[in-house]
Amino acid sequence: MDTRVNLPTNEKVKISVRDLNFYYGGFLALKNINLDIPERKVTAFIGPSGCGKSTLLRVFNRMFELYPEQRAEGSISLDGENILKSKMDVTLIRAKIGMVFQKPTPFPMSIYDNIAFGVRLFETLPRVEMDERVEWALKKSALWNEVKDKLNQSGSSLSGGQQQRLCIARGIAIKPEVLLLDEPCSALDPISTGKIEELIHELKSDYTVMIVTHNMQQAARCSDYTAYMYLGDLVEFGPTNELFMKPKKKDTEDYITGRFG
Amino acid sequence: MSDKHLSTQFDAELSGISGRVLEMGGLVESQVTRALYALTQFSEETATHVLLQEERVNQMEIEIDRDLSAIIARRQPTARDLRLLIAISKAIANLERVGDEAARIARTVQRLMNTGVSARLRLPVSDLNFEAELAIAQLRKALDAFARLDTAKALEVLKQDDQIDQEFDGLLRKLITYMMEDPRTISSSIDLVFVAKAIERVGDHAKNLAEAIIYVVKGTDVRHTSVQDVENVVR
Repeated sequence: MDTRVNLPTNEKVKISVRDLNFYYGGFLALKNINLDIPERKVTAFIGPSGCGKSTLLRVFNRMFELYPEQRAEGSISLDGENILKSKMDVTLIRAKIGMVFQKPTPFPMSIYDNIAFGVRLFETLPRVEMDERVEWALKKSALWNEVKDKLNQSGSSLSGGQQQRLCIARGIAIKPEVLLLDEPCSALDPISTGKIEELIHELKSDYTVMIVTHNMQQAARCSDYTAYMYLGDLVEFGPTNELFMKPKKKDTEDYITGRFG
Repeated sequence: MSDKHLSTQFDAELSGISGRVLEMGGLVESQVTRALYALTQFSEETATHVLLQEERVNQMEIEIDRDLSAIIARRQPTARDLRLLIAISKAIANLERVGDEAARIARTVQRLMNTGVSARLRLPVSDLNFEAELAIAQLRKALDAFARLDTAKALEVLKQDDQIDQEFDGLLRKLITYMMEDPRTISSSIDLVFVAKAIERVGDHAKNLAEAIIYVVKGTDVRHTSVQDVENVVR
């Protein structure tokens, strides 16, 4: 099935996925995925559990390589360079393609160090510049006003929503180009979720954002493009407005209208 | 809707609200029929009945609107479900206006009778019948198409709208002739022009309803589109 997207010509392609197959041992979890991710836009992945959306996200920054029995075939080009074949250090890839997980994962250190830790891996900054970077990242992730007076307190002293924004701040502090969000709001209350969604909207002016979510309304609210996946296939990909108002495939319609089962 | 939702409650809400729309449609259809009966038979009683029922039509519009808001707020519908609810919102506004047209005709009947016109003048009241029958048939067909989400039938409604417009033009010419021949008929003839216009508007509302049905099923907005283009959408 060729679902390669013809993005509108005004969209610049940031990541190009071609003929991607992904295996968990002998199990084929992603089947011949072809997809173009537009730059500085939010692309959402939706689909029932086990459809491969989180798997796909984990392939984008080679997170799967932590497990020897998992392998990917095909290509994923970031600005033209195939990151699957690349000799590029995987740490560098992850610096370009940051990730935020379902559960907030603050490091057991101060709020300040949570952000500075990643930056120190790639850059040696004088104290003043590091302070600026931490402030910038916290402002960018809409957390600064809430934590500016307690930067030395532990990151885990924050609320769930604040922790998640701290993780996003940590992710953007190293100035990645792409941000992967794997169910970033599933453990958060509606207010915190609203703040993260607002943040996602602001982040896309600088970053290409990809978000996996079980919450279809969240995909509808905060994405520009949406991909519907099912059993490892990319069923439909298109502008979010079209996909939620007039999907091309009946399978997509059945899923988003809750007729799936 | 052919397939069922995971949530049977959602299914029940959707079919419940569709049923209410059809109920409202049936009510306004009978309002138009009664209003025309009142006109052709000069029945004061029927005209009064229509005006009393008008309140019920308005009330139904408000109730269905309230239920629509509740479903949208609670279910966050998408795709076909969302299109159905948007179409219902438009359909009930059209049906309520059909009810207004019926009330307008009923009020005209009351006025004509109060001025004693019916006794003195022979007006071509029965000539309105043909236009009225066309319009009522269109409304009935549109409601039927809505009940079954039948795009072929909706397309028929769109195709036949021209006929009512032509009939209206013919009536207008005829009434102008009346007025020229006997200026004493001017006042009541103008009343009949308004009645003819009201009937023509009923046809337009049926057409809007038909367009909404095509939107629900095909997802394409066919308002202000030529019949030929609509045919391509439906096919």
